[in-house]
Amino acid sequence: MGAVLLIDFGSTWTKLTAVSLSSEALLGSAAAFTTVEKDINIGLQEAMKQLESKIGPQEYDDIWACSSAAGGLRMQVSGLVPELTAEAARMAALGAGAKIDRVFSYELTGQDLARIEADQPDIFLLVGGTDGGNRDCIVGNAEKLAGLEARFPIIYAGNRSALDECEKILSDFPLTVCPNVMPRFGELQTETVQKEIRSLFLTQIIEAKGLTEAKNLLSGILMPTPSAMLSAMKLLAEGSRTQEGIGPLMGIDVGGATTDVYSIADGSPRDMQVMLKGLPEPYVKRTVEGDIGMRHCIDGIIAELGLENLAGRCGLPEDRAEELYERFSSKKEIIPETGEEEAFELALAMAAVDVASQRHSGKLQEVYTSTGLAYVQTGKDLRSLEQIVLSGGALIHAGDPLKIAKAALYNSAAPTSLRPLRARIWRDSKYILSAMGVLAEKEADLALKIMKRELEDIGEISSQE
Amino acid sequence: MAEENGKKLVIGVIGADVHAVGIRILEYAFRQAGFDVTNLGVMVSQEEYVNAAVETAADAVVVSSLYGHAELDCRGLRQKLDEAGLADILLYVGGNIVVGKQDFVEVEKRFRNMGFDRVFPPSTPPEETLKWLEYDLGVQ
Repeated sequence: MGAVLLIDFGSTWTKLTAVSLSSEALLGSAAAFTTVEKDINIGLQEAMKQLESKIGPQEYDDIWACSSAAGGLRMQVSGLVPELTAEAARMAALGAGAKIDRVFSYELTGQDLARIEADQPDIFLLVGGTDGGNRDCIVGNAEKLAGLEARFPIIYAGNRSALDECEKILSDFPLTVCPNVMPRFGELQTETVQKEIRSLFLTQIIEAKGLTEAKNLLSGILMPTPSAMLSAMKLLAEGSRTQEGIGPLMGIDVGGATTDVYSIADGSPRDMQVMLKGLPEPYVKRTVEGDIGMRHCIDGIIAELGLENLAGRCGLPEDRAEELYERFSSKKEIIPETGEEEAFELALAMAAVDVASQRHSGKLQEVYTSTGLAYVQTGKDLRSLEQIVLSGGALIHAGDPLKIAKAALYNSAAPTSLRPLRARIWRDSKYILSAMGVLAEKEADLALKIMKRELEDIGEISSQE
Repeated sequence: MAEENGKKLVIGVIGADVHAVGIRILEYAFRQAGFDVTNLGVMVSQEEYVNAAVETAADAVVVSSLYGHAELDCRGLRQKLDEAGLADILLYVGGNIVVGKQDFVEVEKRFRNMGFDRVFPPSTPPEETLKWLEYDLGVQ
């Protein structure tokens, strides 16, 4: 048995991770700039050269990859009611590793259609109506899509009763048919859709992304990077056939432009007295906050918390915080140097984690009824999960990662947010998670073993302290 | 169980009312009679009825209430259904829908004025509601 090379084509960096199958260990890693505009292989060869200088020439039995280069997997979804089928479609696409451009609900308007035509999605997910339910919306939307000039892959996962008609209407689109994402009211069924999204990514989308050249090098697996991250976290939580996992977990990845939060946990109400409202949420859940990031999206953090709050968090006067805010958002490549800048950077990271983890987690509300107090839960109750994994540059290089991680815990200032009460914090210091998610497709045992060894256990924190 | 009749109902207990048993009995009775039932359970908001009726293309919404506050809870539901493009949907209400002992003829009038097609007094057996559902929806 030899070695496997895992490639992560990112929007900025092409990262390589080499793994030895025989010694079941990491051999080494390297990174170079992604060169997707010209030829993705230039950056890849550069990274290969670096890797070779570190670990010597290797024979790779397999080369597998994930990619978020060239904008990642860009999807648009349309459903009927925003809180129901449109939300189900959004969750399905996020869970498959997509980047969601737009969520449409009800009938597509002229303006919606113009947007679709202008920013053609890699995949359009068309849903609406429960099986046997509303058909006018999805049939109408299919007709409107058919009237566009653009042609793109469509996945149909709406009302089964309208399928025959929609298949006819959409006959000159590359059309994939899946079971309804919401076959009955309040029931989610997203697995088949997610499988189809990943398979379309592999067979069709890659060419459009300038990855064809690289694809010839690969021996099979190629997946969207967020989907690889989800696989890695799921494996880490649940374990493989022969090894135990670390249990239900939350994963947080703060980037320059977005913040991703993952949870691998059941999240249903823990108490008989609590009533669950709204859509049931998936056990493996991913949310992406497109307005929360460390550089491109500071505005979103400020909009959510207010400048005063952020200034308070870093112990700076408000006008000084405002100056730093302007500096950070205009100079994307800034690396904090002074004490003030570091304090501001830390406050930003904490705020990003705070806001994104609150949006990901469920809420518990008190309701007064004629028979006394009752509790209504929406979303997932994550209070009892005990593991948090930190990834992404802002968290990996942070000076005080435990302080940042604490922003993801339950907080009495936001008592309705069902976030973890205490957790052990793991840091992806060697950037291996996405690579291990790819490796897990074929070598789950090995990927888990490496994750358990290489993720850095940086301590335990509690919301009580 | 009767053969499916192809008619879809959305049912639930409106407002801050947590009476969970009656609605289960209604769900069972309606299913047995061949209806396709979406039971929203207890503490259902007006928006939940409307959203569920839109997605499932329901033929009727059956609102249940047992704690006397239905008059407040139900106001505006017909208008919301109209807004959502469900102007013709059949709308029922039943249970202990007002506070105290009031003349039911008056109560019925008030709920009719709010846009409910049928209003059922306390202790109506499920068979009675079923009979009217079948009549109004033309189920043979």
